[in-house]
Parts: sequence; C-alpha cells; structure tokens
Amino acid sequence: MHPAFSVIIFTVASGAGYGLLFVLALLVAFGALTPSFWTGFIGFGIAFALFTLGLLSSFLHLGRPERAWRAFSQWRSSWLSREGVLAVVTYLPAGLLALLFTFFDAARGVLVVLGLLSAICAVVTVIATGMIYRSLKPIRAWYNSYVVPAYLVLGLATGLLLANALALVFAPAVATTLQFASCLALLVAALTKFLYWRYIDTMPAFSTAESATGLGHLGKVRLFEAPHTQENYLNKEMGFRIARKHAAKLRLIALVGGWLAPAVLVLFSLLLPASPALVLATIAIVLGLTGTLVERWLFFAEAKHAVTLYYGGSSV
Amino acid sequence: MTSLPPLAQKQLGLVIDLDTCVGCHACAVNCKEWNTGGTSGPLTDLDPYGADAAGVWFNRIHSFEAGEGDASRTVHFPKSCLHCAEPACVTVCPTGASYKRAEDGIVLINPETCIGCKLCSWACPYGAREYDYDGGTMKKCTLCIDRIYNENLEEIDRVPACVSTCPASARHFGDLGDPESKVSKLVAERGGFDLMPEMGYKPTNKYLPPRQRQNSSGCTGASALPVVEQSADGLLGWLDRILSR
Ligand code: SF4
Ligand code: SF4
Ligand code: SF4
Repeated sequence: MHPAFSVIIFTVASGAGYGLLFVLALLVAFGALTPSFWTGFIGFGIAFALFTLGLLSSFLHLGRPERAWRAFSQWRSSWLSREGVLAVVTYLPAGLLALLFTFFDAARGVLVVLGLLSAICAVVTVIATGMIYRSLKPIRAWYNSYVVPAYLVLGLATGLLLANALALVFAPAVATTLQFASCLALLVAALTKFLYWRYIDTMPAFSTAESATGLGHLGKVRLFEAPHTQENYLNKEMGFRIARKHAAKLRLIALVGGWLAPAVLVLFSLLLPASPALVLATIAIVLGLTGTLVERWLFFAEAKHAVTLYYGGSSV
Repeated sequence: MTSLPPLAQKQLGLVIDLDTCVGCHACAVNCKEWNTGGTSGPLTDLDPYGADAAGVWFNRIHSFEAGEGDASRTVHFPKSCLHCAEPACVTVCPTGASYKRAEDGIVLINPETCIGCKLCSWACPYGAREYDYDGGTMKKCTLCIDRIYNENLEEIDRVPACVSTCPASARHFGDLGDPESKVSKLVAERGGFDLMPEMGYKPTNKYLPPRQRQNSSGCTGASALPVVEQSADGLLGWLDRILSR
C-alpha cells in the first residue's frame, strides 16, 4: 500500500497525543499530579496539539475535506466514522479535565471522574484507529490480531516518553515511575512488532492469482497483458512495493534505534540527576517518534493488497 | 446508510463468458463513453494526450495465461464491479456515500456526499473502484442504472453499455437473484463461478470458465482432398524435371 505521508503523520501524532493524554489523565485521577498551571498548560497542551495535528493531517488525505463532517454519520458500520466520533467525544472530558486542572482548583472527585473518562476515551479512540486497518480483509498484513495491540502499545510508549520528560521538569515525584513504565512499554512495543513481522513473513497465502481469476484448473495463472499501459489509481495506491532487504533494514532501525535505544537511555537516566536525565529523555523522545514513523511507513509499504493479483502478483 | 440492506430478491448483475471474450476492449470503451456523461461522470482523464495518460475507467480488460506448453490458454478477463452481496466497500464508508440498493442490489456511490477518503477502494479486493484525482471523489461501475431503467431508450437498449456493445456476446445482464432467469440458467449450465470466494464478499457477477479445448477439428463429413499423383510425363513431368535440375 502507498505510504501516504498524511496518514503516517495522522496515526503517529494522534497515537502519541492520546498516549500522553492517557498517562496524564490517569496520574491526575490517582492523585499523583496536583493541579498546577504549568504542568497542565504544557502537559495537556502537548497532548492536545499532537492529536489535533493528527486529525488535521487526516483531513489532508481527503479528496473533499470540506465535507469531512459527513464522516461522523456512519458509526454503526464504519470504523473510520467511529474513530472520528470518538476523537471528537474525547475532547469533552479531556478538555474539561485540562481546563479544571490547569486554571481552577477543582474538587478531587471531579478530577477522578474526568481523568478516568479521558483515559478510557483515549484508549478507545486508538483502538478505533487500529480497527480501520484491522478490518480490511483484502490486506492480510492488516487483517490480523497484532494490528490493534501494536497501535495501542506504540501510542502508549510514545506518550510515556513525552510524559517522562515532562515529569522530570514538573513532577519529579512521579519521574521514576514513568521512567520504568516507558522502558517497559518500549520493550513490549518492540516485542509486539517483532511478533507482527514474524507473522506477516510466515503467514500462508490467502488468495492467489488462481483464486482471483478462477482459472486455477487450467494450471498456473500469470498476467499476459495488463489492461492499460500507464499506471492507474489502483497501481499508484495499492501497487506500492518495497524490496525485502530495504524492509529488513528499516525494521532493524525501528526496533533498535526507535524502541530499544530509547529504553536503554531512559533506564540509564534513572542514575542521573534531573537535568542530564532530561537531555536523555529528550533524545529518547526523538528516537521513539522517529522509530515509530519508520514503523508506520513500513506498515503501509509492506502491506500487499489483493488487487495486485490482477496485475501480476501471484499470491497475497 | 452504509449498513447493508437486507438481501433483496432481485440481484442485478453481469455474467461474463471467459470462453468467448476476445479481449477487444470494446466494452471498456463503450462503458467509458456512456458513463463519462452519465450519473457518475465525468470519468476524468489526466494528461490524456501526454506521455503519462491516466484516468478513471469502470471496466478493465486483463489478459492472463494459464497452464503450460501445449495445454496453456490465453484468457481475456474483463473486470468491473461485481455488485457483491456482502461488500465491505459499503460498510467501511464513513459518510454513507457508498451504498447498496435494497431494491436491486446495485452498489453505488453518491458523488454529492463522498469525501474521497479512499477507504472503500482499500476494502474492495477486486480493484473495482477508481479515485477521480480531479473531482476528489471515488467512482465505480453503476451497472448503468441510467440505461437499464431508462424509459427514453427502446426496451432492447435497456442493458448496460458494455453488454450492448460486446461483439462476442461475452457479457450478459440479468437478475441473478432469480434462479429461473436466463442468466441464472446460463450460470448453472456452464458452471459459473465467483472470483476470490475466500474473501466472503459473495459477488453477484459470475464468470463462465473457458470451455474444454478441442485438439482436432472433428468430423465435418467432407472427404479429404485427393493427393495429386506425380506423373513422369506431360507438362507436370517436364516442369518437375526443369525445377529439380
Ligand atoms: S466488486 Fe468491489 S466495489 Fe464492487 S461491490 Fe464488490 S467489493 Fe464493492
Ligand atoms: S471514498 Fe467516498 S465512497 Fe469511498 S469510503 Fe470514502 S466517503 Fe465513502
Ligand atoms: S455495467 Fe455499465 S458501468 Fe458497469 S462496466 Fe458495464 S458499461 Fe461500465
């Protein structure tokens, strides 16, 4: 599948944004963060900026962005519609939580309720994002049960990396907890994607040129003549191919540079005082987000669509 | 509404005969011609006279080779929307622009409400949907709804453009929901099949397999031409002598 820049930014930025919202909301709900202007302003500010950037970027992917509001109507059947609705719904508890936490001295009970609601909304929205892909049968690299957990744990890991750096500045009391948590999340992310890659490398063919044409009884089927001489929409959108050796390299970059290296950095920063620890935490954010962008690019580039069987592919 | 309607009795669709299709692309051309001015038109072309011409077509003719050596076959393979009974291209649509008609099973896109998110084209395993880069919306075969129900046309012309134009009669149109219809009988008689049944989309359109190949011309009843005997004399003999010198 063609790795569209807008969709890659959309999923990575909103994943990290909802991940950060989830962590902050839980910390507030459990009383680990006490209301303060700067913690709230910067912390929630970054989370909102990230998932709002993601949403705006997803609009760029549309052919008719001015009609985007229509996408809220089909939540009964469409995961894309559900994702849109949930993203908007999340603004309510999260917005209230951020306002009350940042500007007012709200009652504990209110913060607990809003914090839990925001955390749940963040999780459910990311699940919906993953389900958009997970529900597409013609793309076997997406139609499997690794996809949604990977979206969740990568969102959480990148969110925790951000929260970790914020805590070093604004809430040293929770810094150690967050450092351990982000290490763990990064390791789980690396493991999930490792298992995912092993799965897509070894999964049996689901459809073949023979089943696509129904000509298998005659023998092996191959394309003799394509229907058109120039590339059409289908070739551009779904015919994207990446060389196996490039994919292997990029996987390694994401795995080692994107998740294992920041995990080691964060672990190491446990031994350091706050300011050098913050430097390491910042590098870890850059590495973690870059690695996840590489992972998301691969998620598209490596996915083969069944329509390729009509254009010379032999199995998907 | 992108939830699927309850399955109607009437399931309009096409039956495509892979035995008789000669791969002439006439159906694709007539489809383009009719539909560019039809309900889903225009079928935009980008750089039509340039080096990288590309555009929206509802019907594409692939050609495949199957089998090896003497036994191999070349099969021309037209492909348009199969108007599936359980198509995910409809249920994934966030806007309700992609829908399946309850009354006859035709799958359509509302050009007024499509936001061009392209998700439906990802959900179609058959590559039946093409995005119009110019208009920013998705397009696909309409089963020529503006012909098959068109009271302004003679009754005989109320068939899809591709069906009416096929010089080899390789395309048939009718109600595949009615087991007594001509097309259903044709499918039963010739062993019509579904493309990629494993996807579970239950296509309405059916394909008829190429017939068994014949390796002899069979008995026509005519006697074989007699072999001309070589004679040593006369004109032929003289010619033979001259030429074999
Ligand atoms: S062929 Fe594709 S576009 Fe047509 S109904 Fe089936 S899934 Fe939808
Ligand atoms: S491209 Fe249009 S018809 Fe297709 S899913 Fe998106 S809104 Fe629906
Ligand atoms: S039924 Fe009409 S729109 Fe569909 S392929 Fe045939 S001519 Fe084109």
